Amino acid sequence: MEPIIHMENVNKWFGALHVLKGINLDVAKGEVVVIIGPSGSGKSTLIRTVNRLEEIQKGRIVVDGIELNRDVRNIDAVRKEVGMVFQSFNLFPHMTVLENITLAPRIVRKWPREKAEKIAMELLERVGIADQAEKYPAQLSGGQQQRVAIARALAMQPKIMLFDEPTSALDPEMVGEVLDAMKELAKSGMTMLVVTHEMGFAREVADRVIFMDMGEIIEEGEPDQVFSNPRHERTQAFLGRILH
Amino acid sequence: MRAAVWLKENLFNGWFNSLLTVATAWFLYVTLRGILHWAFTEARWFVVPENMRLLMVGSLPPDQVWRLWTVAVLVLFVSGLVYASRTGARVPRWMWVGALLLFAAVFPTVFPATRAFLLLTLLALPTGMALGARVTDRWAKAAIAAALAVVIGLLWGNTERLGGFSLTVLLTVLASVLAFPLGLLLALGRTGKWPVFRTLSILYIELIRGVPLITVLFLAYYMVPLFLPASWRVPTLFSIVVGFSMFAAAYLAEYVRGGIQGVPKGQYEAAWALGLSGSQSARYIILPQAIRSVIPALIGQLIAIFKDTSLVYILGLFDLLFMAITVTRNPKYLGTEREILLFIALIYFVGAALMSYASRRIERAMGLGTR
Repeated sequence: MEPIIHMENVNKWFGALHVLKGINLDVAKGEVVVIIGPSGSGKSTLIRTVNRLEEIQKGRIVVDGIELNRDVRNIDAVRKEVGMVFQSFNLFPHMTVLENITLAPRIVRKWPREKAEKIAMELLERVGIADQAEKYPAQLSGGQQQRVAIARALAMQPKIMLFDEPTSALDPEMVGEVLDAMKELAKSGMTMLVVTHEMGFAREVADRVIFMDMGEIIEEGEPDQVFSNPRHERTQAFLGRILH
Repeated sequence: MRAAVWLKENLFNGWFNSLLTVATAWFLYVTLRGILHWAFTEARWFVVPENMRLLMVGSLPPDQVWRLWTVAVLVLFVSGLVYASRTGARVPRWMWVGALLLFAAVFPTVFPATRAFLLLTLLALPTGMALGARVTDRWAKAAIAAALAVVIGLLWGNTERLGGFSLTVLLTVLASVLAFPLGLLLALGRTGKWPVFRTLSILYIELIRGVPLITVLFLAYYMVPLFLPASWRVPTLFSIVVGFSMFAAAYLAEYVRGGIQGVPKGQYEAAWALGLSGSQSARYIILPQAIRSVIPALIGQLIAIFKDTSLVYILGLFDLLFMAITVTRNPKYLGTEREILLFIALIYFVGAALMSYASRRIERAMGLGTR
């Protein structure tokens, strides 16, 4: 089957710093891929290239059959199909929860207000905070804000969801509620690319785990294999540092 | 008893503070004695009511004053309409009551012909707000456009003899309304990614900010007619409004740019990731946050325009300050400069204070529910 994300020899530099060194990666439709690795390994940069928040200097990325190049129309088309959840939520502080979620469907997808609000309420129901629709982001807890951010991304009915360390800015007691929402999403068949330090989540939900270090994919495989029986010594060292 | 305690705690706690209090009281007494004595015994305050008409509308013929009233009604009505349609605000009861009370208070002092206009003007704002809650954004925008067209139509060709406070207000409102969109455009241009647009914006902003206001006004006075057909007689007022708007826009642009740069990068990324285009992100995400954060500076600029309109008498327009000076040239009112200047200073102060108060209200309304 044609992969929904196809990356071929992807290279990126920040000035002289070579942050992505020839990444090759194919993601199948419905697959949940978790990317782990030490900070500075390029894993966030990698998923940010999928919706072109980061430009690449060499290589090729094709998302859902659309070639990501300098063509603005292609970039817009890809961004419509790819939802993203950020570490720092990035909700719009001047809008209510409901306005946050309905904005993009209304002005990008041109849905009428009623349709957008109906779907927004269904999504809020799904992530368990329908009663917060009229509040402003600043009135919510971190976990609630991140669930709103998930609902906001889903409202565009994307085919792919990117998660950039979605639980790293949360208080420990709120991590669970966000992970639950993500697990439920994974079960529903969404294609997901997740950068996270939550190894329990990776073990339980991931179809594939990718270990990155210094801008390269060092090792990849099923979660059981990568976690219980890592082949590469850098993977072993990393897992040794963070498990327990 | 309580007063004595307060005095002791605040003014006489310790020998040094007691000494300071006594010295200050003596200083105030010496300086204010003369002023108070003058204000209550010598000042000829009657000069103000006797020249109120001149101070308010200048030498506009009485049969033309209806134009001004209509403009006032329209502006207040549309302001209320737009404000209420944006915020969904209800009309507070004190606004109706206040309007009627004010009418009753002023009723005996005005000409019979102006009473109806006065009542309409006072009721325009609450009526506009009452209707505003029921109209959509699109209708509010249409109302702004229509009102602007009517206002220009009413004033075009009838401004030569307009003067006094109404001219000051008219200049302020027109310049503000025109400067704001131009300022936004320049701010977007300067922060945007199109090199040509950015260079032009920077050039414009820095040029205007490097030239004194009075020079910009003179330039506008002489140069605006060059851009229009030679057969048009361009009213001075029009050129001046163009000059003021161009000047204020450069400053507004810099304030808004500050606001834009204060919006976190994550807001752009969230907007782009949702598929919003550059202009959609600017309109729905970036500008609303940027403007909210610089409201005090924006209103400050409008207050500056309001006060700086006193410069226009150099170009032959008879604003509030000029009318005041004119009155004192009348042999009948020789030597009343103090009274009349104090009065117009009070008008400027009240106007500026009202705008400043509005700024705090707007800030609070926009900051609601966010931190």
